Amino acid sequence: MASESQKLLSIRNLHVDFATDGRPVPAVRGIDLEIAAGETVALVGESGCGKSVTAMSVMRLTEGRIAAGSIHFQGRDLASFADAEMRTIRGGQIGMIFQEPMTSLNPVLTIGRQIEEVLVLHQRLSARAARAQALGLLQRVGIPAPERRILQYPHEFSGGMKQRVMLAMAIACRPRLLIADEPTTALDVTIQAQIMELLRSLKEEFGMAVLLITHDLGVVAHFAERVLVMYAGKIVEQGSVRDVFKRASHPYTQALLAALPDPLKPARRLEAIPGRVPSPSMLPPGCAFCARCAHAFEPCIGRQPPLFEVAEGHRAACFLRDGEGRGVEG
Amino acid sequence: MSIPIGPSPVLESPFPAHADAEALGIAETPAQQLWRTFRKDRLAMLGLYLLLALVVVALLGNLLTDFWVVFDPKAVRLPDKLLPPLSAASRALAKDLQPPFHRYPFGTDELGRNVFARMLQGSFVSLSVGVVAVSISLAIGVTVGGLAGFYGQRKLGPISVDSLLMRFTDVMLCFPTFFLILTVVALLPPSIYNIMIVIGITSWMSTARFVRAEFLALREQDFVTAAKALGLPEWRIIFRHMIPNAMAPVLVSATINVAHAILTESALSFLGFGVRPPYATWGNILADGRSYIFDAPWLFLIPGAAILTVVLAFNLVGEGLRDAMNPKLRKRAG
Repeated sequence: MASESQKLLSIRNLHVDFATDGRPVPAVRGIDLEIAAGETVALVGESGCGKSVTAMSVMRLTEGRIAAGSIHFQGRDLASFADAEMRTIRGGQIGMIFQEPMTSLNPVLTIGRQIEEVLVLHQRLSARAARAQALGLLQRVGIPAPERRILQYPHEFSGGMKQRVMLAMAIACRPRLLIADEPTTALDVTIQAQIMELLRSLKEEFGMAVLLITHDLGVVAHFAERVLVMYAGKIVEQGSVRDVFKRASHPYTQALLAALPDPLKPARRLEAIPGRVPSPSMLPPGCAFCARCAHAFEPCIGRQPPLFEVAEGHRAACFLRDGEGRGVEG
Repeated sequence: MSIPIGPSPVLESPFPAHADAEALGIAETPAQQLWRTFRKDRLAMLGLYLLLALVVVALLGNLLTDFWVVFDPKAVRLPDKLLPPLSAASRALAKDLQPPFHRYPFGTDELGRNVFARMLQGSFVSLSVGVVAVSISLAIGVTVGGLAGFYGQRKLGPISVDSLLMRFTDVMLCFPTFFLILTVVALLPPSIYNIMIVIGITSWMSTARFVRAEFLALREQDFVTAAKALGLPEWRIIFRHMIPNAMAPVLVSATINVAHAILTESALSFLGFGVRPPYATWGNILADGRSYIFDAPWLFLIPGAAILTVVLAFNLVGEGLRDAMNPKLRKRAG
C-alpha cells in the first residue's frame, strides 16, 4: 500500500472482460501500470489490444466488467467511490481527450457553453466567472479570437481546433492526470505536432501526469518518459523510452520498431509483422504473440511468459529474457 | 439574421453550413441553417403562413367571442335561422343581438347562431387541443423513449428496462386508439381538458420509438462519452446533450401529430363525445350541419374546409421540417 500512496495512479493486475454471446471475452488480461505525479507514460499497441479499455477502466466508464484487479488513484481505490464521488474525479481530477475531435463535441451547443458547463459543475463558478475562465482557457490552448469563437458551434471549427477545445475542457479544472486516448490519430501530421507541443506545454504548466495512448511510436519517442507496450491485453514490454527504443527486448516491440519507415533509407521495404492478432475469444494458452514470433521456442507454446527484468526498470514478457545473456540480435 | 447567399455552389457542398460560415466568416446556428433550408420549400412556407394566420385568428377570436357580445357564438336568433353566408341580419333583432355590420359572413345555423362567431371559437378549441395534447404526448414519449434508450440495458429482475418499456409501448400501439379514446371519453365527465389528456396519453408511442432509436445511436456518440468523462451527471447528459440532438425527427412527428389530434377532436365532437354544446368546436358545427346537408350546405362545408386546411397546413410544415432536417433529402431536393 505504501507504494500506491506515492503513485498518482496505480493499476494492479487489472482484468476486464466483455460479455459476448454470454461468454466472457477477456480484453485486458492482468496489467500493472503506475504513473507518478507529473510523469508522462505512453501505452502503445495495435487496435484492439486493450489500451483504450484500460483507459476507460480508469475513468470507470468501460462497458466491460472489471473481473479482477484494482485501480488506485492518489492512494484510494476507485472501486470504493460512490457514483457521485466518481463524477467529481472525472473531469475534475482526471481529464480525458479522445481520438475523434470531430465528434467529441456536442453539435447543438456552442463551444463556450460546453466549456462553461464543466467549470460551473466542478468549480461552482458563476456564469460570468465561467465565461471569463473559458475565454482564458481558449486563449491558453491557442485559439485565435476567443471572444468570437466562444459563441460558435463545433461545425465551425477544424479538427485541430476542436482538439484544442477538447483539451481546454479537459484541463479546465486542472486535473492531476490527463488521459489522452490517441489524441492525434485523426489529425494531419502538421497539426499533430502542434497539438503534442501544446499538450507538452500544458503538462509542464499545470504539473499534470499524462497517460498517452497511441499506436504512433514517433509520438511516443518525442513525448513520453516511460512506455508500456501492450499486446492482446497484456503488457509485453515496459521501460524508459530510451531503453525500449534502443534495446527493444520483446520480439513484438522489435517488430513494431522495424515496421517504422526510416526517412533516411527510403528504398527499404517496410517490415510487416506476419499473421494477425489472435481474437480475444481464442487466445492460445501460451504467449499470445507466439504464432507470429520469429524466435518462438518450446516454452512459448504452453506457458504465458511473466515479465523478466532486462535492466533496471526495463522488463519484457518473453522467455528469451529468462536468465540474462541470451540476446536477440539487433 | 438573413445571410445574403447567391444561387450557390455552396448548397451542393456536402457541408453547406460549414463552407458557408467559413467563407463569410459568419456564425450560423443550426436553427438558422434549418430556417434557410425550410424557407426554400414553398409548400411548407404556405403551410407555415396558414398556421400563423390560424394562431392569430384563434387568439383574436377567443378574445372577441369572450368579450364582445355581438360575436357571442351562443346567441340564439330564431328569426334568422339557416341564413346562407353573407346574408343580412333581420332588423327585428334586439340591438345587442345584431351581428357586426348586420351581416353573417358564414351564415347562421338552425338556431340562428352566427356561424362565423362559432368558427372563431372552434378555431381556438382545435388549436389548443392540438397543441396541449401533443405536448402531453411529447412529454410521455420523450421520457419513455429516453429511458428505454439510455437505461435500456439495465435489468429489472429478469427483463431489461428496454424490453419492459418498449413492450408496453407495443401494447399501447395495439389498441385501436380511436375506440379507446371514445370509451374513455364516454366514461369521463365531458370537458375539453379530458379530451386533451386522453388524446395525449394515447398518441405518445411513435414519439417514444423515435426518441429511443435516436438515443441508441446517440449513446454511442463520442460526445456523450466525452460528457461522461467530464463528470457530467446522467440527467444533464440526457437533457442537455442527448434530447436536443434527438429532437429533429420528434419535432417532425409532433407537427404531424398536432394534425392528428385536431382530427381526433373533430371526430369526437362530431360523434357528440367531445366538447359539450353550446360551446362550439369545428367538429360539433359539422355535426349540427349534418341534418341540413341539402338545405344549408355551408354548415358542413365551412367547418369541413377549415379542418382540411389546418390539417393540411400542419402536414406541409411537418414535411418541410423533415426535409430541412435531413441532409440527404435536402440534396435530392436541391
